[in-house]
Amino acid sequence: MMLADVLLVAAKDLRIEWRSRVTVSQVLPFALLVLVLFGFALDANRPVLDAATGGLFWVAVMFVSIVAVQRSTSIETTDGARRALLLAGVEPAAVFLGKAAAVALQLLAVEVVMVGGVIVLYDASIESIGLLVATCLVATVGIAAAGTLLGALVAGVRARETVLPILLLPVLAPVLIGATRAFDDALGTVAVDGWAWLGLLAGFGAINIVLGALAYGVLLEET
Amino acid sequence: MSIVRLHAAVALIGRFPALAGVDLQVSSGEVVLVQGPNGAGKSTLLRLCAGLMRLESGSGEILGHDLMTERPAIRRQVGLLGHDTALYDDLSVRENLEFWARASRVDVGAVDPAMERLGVAERLHDISVGQLSAGQRRRVALAGVVVRRPQLWLLDEPHAGLDPSGRDLVDRLVIDAAAAGATVLLSSHEVDRTLDLATRRITVAGGTITGDVDDVG
Repeated sequence: MMLADVLLVAAKDLRIEWRSRVTVSQVLPFALLVLVLFGFALDANRPVLDAATGGLFWVAVMFVSIVAVQRSTSIETTDGARRALLLAGVEPAAVFLGKAAAVALQLLAVEVVMVGGVIVLYDASIESIGLLVATCLVATVGIAAAGTLLGALVAGVRARETVLPILLLPVLAPVLIGATRAFDDALGTVAVDGWAWLGLLAGFGAINIVLGALAYGVLLEET
Repeated sequence: MSIVRLHAAVALIGRFPALAGVDLQVSSGEVVLVQGPNGAGKSTLLRLCAGLMRLESGSGEILGHDLMTERPAIRRQVGLLGHDTALYDDLSVRENLEFWARASRVDVGAVDPAMERLGVAERLHDISVGQLSAGQRRRVALAGVVVRRPQLWLLDEPHAGLDPSGRDLVDRLVIDAAAAGATVLLSSHEVDRTLDLATRRITVAGGTITGDVDDVG
């Protein structure tokens, strides 16, 4: 029953996204623009750009995640739609997991294009496709879980568009560090053990999933 | 059987006591008109009965469930039409109602009859809710209440924004719900119209019930 509710909420958010085309028309161009601008800024110093590719990629993902989470939050705050979820009696944990899953899928779709972007724009080469894919998957789950949780926390705040990045970016700092190190290894730009950093990302994701599943009900009621 | 039972109920909006000690008992099958000036606490009373607000002090039972400890169970059994329509703009009328039915564990087969009943079936069912007029959105929201077949209907200004045929439709829904044994609490500023529907009228002012008249209809 819980899984059915998770799928129901995720499918609803993805259908809304498909209709509104926010990811395709706004989030994706924004992500590519950030990559292009980073490229302009550092292209004159090619070794620096090569060494910073992983970090630039994940900084761009952080920016994109803010937009995706804001969109996900606004779906429920517009016209009191959140009330419908409460009245329907959907388990808050299922709402959280469904919304986080929808955000994660959107971010993963954007990251696929962004990986293509760093290969074309930064002339990056991939040495370990397995590590790169695993990093994207694990880091994105953590970003989506933390983002969805904080999105619910600021849902009732009048200036949530500006409050969310202030809260979310520091929380995502471990993801930025871990995913960048793992990407450095996957791209072969820095000699580190990327798989070890993946453990940090997995821990971050697990903590935020558990925290979100436990706390989302309270946030749904109070905000 | 008491469907609504409130004793010295206090509910806060922020720090403001929107309900300041309400005593109310509503029996099965009653149609209660909740009237009062703006800001009196009518909407808060309906939201409290829907299990959407926390009871700060006092006690209460809705449909036999305790308002302090069993709000999720209350929410699953009531139908609330609030000021906002709680619809997703980017989904069609049908998609909104089907999502609502599935989430509420209600037969999705109830969606088509509800859309027809509210006059949103033929031309509107595949249109995004964001493209509808305020009155049409209100009809879709009412269809959502109908889909659930609740035992307790909580209608906050149900006639607001509707054309004459829509207002007649609301009246018909209330009459049919009461005939089917449901209990209805509705707030309205259209006192003349709703007095014909109601079996009882309560007046709310300053967060308390200041008047209670039976057999008004």
